Amino acid sequence: MFDALGNLIAYRLLGLSAQGQWGPALQFFIADSVKIFVLLVVVIYVMGLLRALLSPERVRSYVRGRPAWLARLLAIALGAVTPFCSCSSVPLFIGFVEAGIPLGVTFSFLIASPMINEVAVVILAGVLGWRITALYVLAGLVVAYLGGVVMERFRPQRWVEPYVWEIHMGETPLAAGPQGLLERHHFALHEVRQIVGRIWRWVLLGIGVGALFHGLVPEAWVSRYLGDASNPLTVPAAVLLGIPLYSNATGVIPVAEAMLAKGVAVGTTLAFMMSIAALSLPEMLILRRVIRWPALALFAAVLAVAFSLVGWGFNLIT
Amino acid sequence: MKQIKVLGSGCRNCQTTYELIRQVAAEKGVEISLEKVEEIGRIMGYGVMSTPGVVIDEQVVHSGGVPERRKVEGWLG
Repeated sequence: MFDALGNLIAYRLLGLSAQGQWGPALQFFIADSVKIFVLLVVVIYVMGLLRALLSPERVRSYVRGRPAWLARLLAIALGAVTPFCSCSSVPLFIGFVEAGIPLGVTFSFLIASPMINEVAVVILAGVLGWRITALYVLAGLVVAYLGGVVMERFRPQRWVEPYVWEIHMGETPLAAGPQGLLERHHFALHEVRQIVGRIWRWVLLGIGVGALFHGLVPEAWVSRYLGDASNPLTVPAAVLLGIPLYSNATGVIPVAEAMLAKGVAVGTTLAFMMSIAALSLPEMLILRRVIRWPALALFAAVLAVAFSLVGWGFNLIT
Repeated sequence: MKQIKVLGSGCRNCQTTYELIRQVAAEKGVEISLEKVEEIGRIMGYGVMSTPGVVIDEQVVHSGGVPERRKVEGWLG
């Protein structure tokens, strides 16, 4: 349906050629923009209706005092379903520390949260199908779990800024969530406006990059440099390229779509997506206010290795 | 007069929340004292981890995002 709309506008109305460079690029841009924004609005609205207001404050109280493995599983699961804006990383980090939650568990949460969220998952499934989506989610969960475990081994406590240990958190009963259908409907509409208002730039940018890749990069070039799963350097190169690049998890999806369509290997694409969504310079700069550079460098290194392993693993089996 | 505080470490959503409350109060002609709390120790002191948060007369009434306009109108009503 969306493809047909793209065809109609790009090829019929504007008369671009489907064999040229700009025709397919524009067709991709139109079809994907409409598809992704329609999905975004529907998903966020439905989630807004259903959501029982799962906040980081609640996550903290669920996780505190649990045995390490359970705390970590809970933190990851909750990280995946809790909407969380990176401007909250600092209070979140301090809140977890203050509750006596191990730092490794906190890192697991910080890895899972930007990489996996319900909106990205539904759009990923809508654009790339359930198989790739399941692989992405599964790999993300495993990376979050093991990444936190590895971080713990390095005793990151020594790099936490001293003032963090001195903050005491108040216990305020938190305001209740929306009640009744009408209130939920208003809340859901508000969520749509808020979230779409925040991420639409990332999504359009992602679709734009995807469209350029789709239209302008020759397939022969891709299969020569990126499609060859037997070249082990492709995956870490994709991960390294992803570190300085940053986008919201939803914005990466159209880029991945274009890469897969041109024949880039699945593992390479997944590694690239994860690196863009989970590893970012702005996030690091925000976290720098609570932990020092050695811990951040370690965090980036652990994730880069983990994403490379994911990429190689999937390139082997697919 | 209501004492309203917006908790947040200076991100854009916190700014939006502050402006929204100021604007609604001005429209309704309600006099309030509005303050931005940016110091992390004080924010956490209210038990809030997800910013922006809103505190009215030392009670946390909202956290984790820009509040709905209707909600703000309710507070000032």
